[in-house]
Amino acid sequence: MTDILHKTSPSVVAAADHSEGMSYLESLPRRLITLYLPLSVILLVLLFPFYWMALTSIKPDDQLLDMDKVNPFWTTAPTLKHFYTLLFQTNYPLWLWNTMFVAIGATILSIIASVLAAYAIVRLRFRGANWVGGAIFLAYLVPPSILFIPLSTVVFQYGLFDSPFALILTYPTILIPFSTWLLMGYFKTIPYELEECALIDGASRWQIMTRIVLPLAVPGLISAFIFCFTLCWNEFIYALTFLSTTSHKTVPVAIVNEFVDGDIYRWGSLMAGALAGSLPLVILYAFFVEHYVSAMTGAVKE
Amino acid sequence: MASVEIREARKAFGAVEVLHGVNVSIEDGQFVVLVGPSGCGKSTLLRMIAGLENITSGEIIIGNRVVNKLPPKARDVAMVFQNYALYPHMTVADNMAFSMKLKKAPKKEIDDRVQRAAAILGLEPLLGRYPRQLSGGQRQRVAMGRAIVRDPQVFLFDEPLSNLDAKLRVQMRTEIKELHQRLKTTTVYVTHDQIEAMTMADKIVVMHDGIVEQIGSPLELYDRPANLFVAGFIGSPAMNFFNGRIAMNGKAAFETTGGVELPLPGRPANASGQPAIYGVRPEHFTLSDDGAPGEVVVVEPTGSEIQVFAKIGGQDVTAVFRERHNFKPGDKIRLKPDPRLVHLFDAPTGKRLNT
Repeated sequence: MTDILHKTSPSVVAAADHSEGMSYLESLPRRLITLYLPLSVILLVLLFPFYWMALTSIKPDDQLLDMDKVNPFWTTAPTLKHFYTLLFQTNYPLWLWNTMFVAIGATILSIIASVLAAYAIVRLRFRGANWVGGAIFLAYLVPPSILFIPLSTVVFQYGLFDSPFALILTYPTILIPFSTWLLMGYFKTIPYELEECALIDGASRWQIMTRIVLPLAVPGLISAFIFCFTLCWNEFIYALTFLSTTSHKTVPVAIVNEFVDGDIYRWGSLMAGALAGSLPLVILYAFFVEHYVSAMTGAVKE
Repeated sequence: MASVEIREARKAFGAVEVLHGVNVSIEDGQFVVLVGPSGCGKSTLLRMIAGLENITSGEIIIGNRVVNKLPPKARDVAMVFQNYALYPHMTVADNMAFSMKLKKAPKKEIDDRVQRAAAILGLEPLLGRYPRQLSGGQRQRVAMGRAIVRDPQVFLFDEPLSNLDAKLRVQMRTEIKELHQRLKTTTVYVTHDQIEAMTMADKIVVMHDGIVEQIGSPLELYDRPANLFVAGFIGSPAMNFFNGRIAMNGKAAFETTGGVELPLPGRPANASGQPAIYGVRPEHFTLSDDGAPGEVVVVEPTGSEIQVFAKIGGQDVTAVFRERHNFKPGDKIRLKPDPRLVHLFDAPTGKRLNT
């Protein structure tokens, strides 16, 4: 009796349930194939470089290139020697500071410009607003590797060469177009009535922006900030071109300059430098990942 | 509080004119409802009063000031939006205090006013909450609270009840009307729902395709619609219309195109054979042996009344009875319109013929 009940009940449930069409995916073996296996492959591909970086940074020098005597995917004698070299025998802390200064400076500049541009394009309804939006997007399509030669002339003319301001003032050429588009998308999700209501309540345009729009666009602002900051942090070609003194350099350029002697790559220190350099970004992402995702998927709240 | 005067107001978006010269005068303290189907220009007119749309030509006067060129904040009006437009990042109290804070009013005064408005609307326990933590009806009330706090000269409502469920809508309707009776602030209220218009208004402005069709009290509009549009728009179930002409043979009667003769109260002068439209409200039919013969199609009892859908001379007709007649589909009945309560409209222009 109970056997019969057990046999019939699932089909009865399935027939009553309108979502039956997809429920065959729910069983464990199927989930293994459709979900967990692809996920683990992607995870492996994504995480392996990080593992390799971390592993290399703690390998002693004699194990770095030795594929025969030791397992290349593991180390038997972990060492912090490379980190010691990095922190105490080079200008690494200074480079980190330079990078931070440049990244924050350029990011803040870009965000302020982008907020004003995006708000004006989306909400002020001026003649040619759409055209301006399109033009900004076109600017985003110009690759930095084309721009850096004319920009270097400009940098020289203004006497900014070898100063952090050379970077702070040129990075926005890459950052502003993208963050303007990101913020335009975000501002569009804020109901127009809120602004009209504030207008009737007696707010000026400036008050509407600072007291209504910006507080509501915080997730968008955070993701624009993370995006800009990451790009500045990793930027290589402008930093390589516009800076020459070792103590002025940013991390990506400096470690390449410092730890590559001709054709000798000091992999341990290179990887230690890369690892230490990526930590601030990891921390940044960890704190704001939810906002980042919600802004990218255009979540509307109210 | 103030009167509102709209004179020859026109509005064009590019080459398209959506308001073709609207004249409305609203007395101090009146509750005026702008009603009409979607796209008739009622919301545009409201937004022009608020200052959210500019005025292409004509004048809008609030109190004694022509406000055409004034920005919204200088007009001293408060508006309640259809989707409430509460600031999601502010608490209920902050939402209500926002306009006062912008005016840099003293904190004590702001608190007093917010408390008073909250008391009127029963919002005291919700002052610390955020809009997302409120139900639809509560949000609606906060939106009204925000308007009350400002103590404006004119309240503007833009379809404030259309996001609520049917039961709540009826409740809020009463609440808004009660609020108006208490505060006596001049109110302009936009809706597409004629029941809302009928129940709430001191004066209804019926709009259609950018013009005003008729202005009057709810019962004036119901009893004496000025044209075919108003007659069909006001009243639910809608008025029945018969195409046809005034009888040739000198009798005070109307002949439908289906060959049915319907009674008229008197005979319009020189009207023999004139094509016209005959209107009768569903509740103005009685069962009578000398009525027009018809056949019952569907019967819908609602409890308090019975709606009967029938065919007379091949035309669909709705009749409403308070008595519980036991009709069945297919039954032959004779329906007689009350001649004192019928409406006669000119066929080409749609204008009312009988006085």
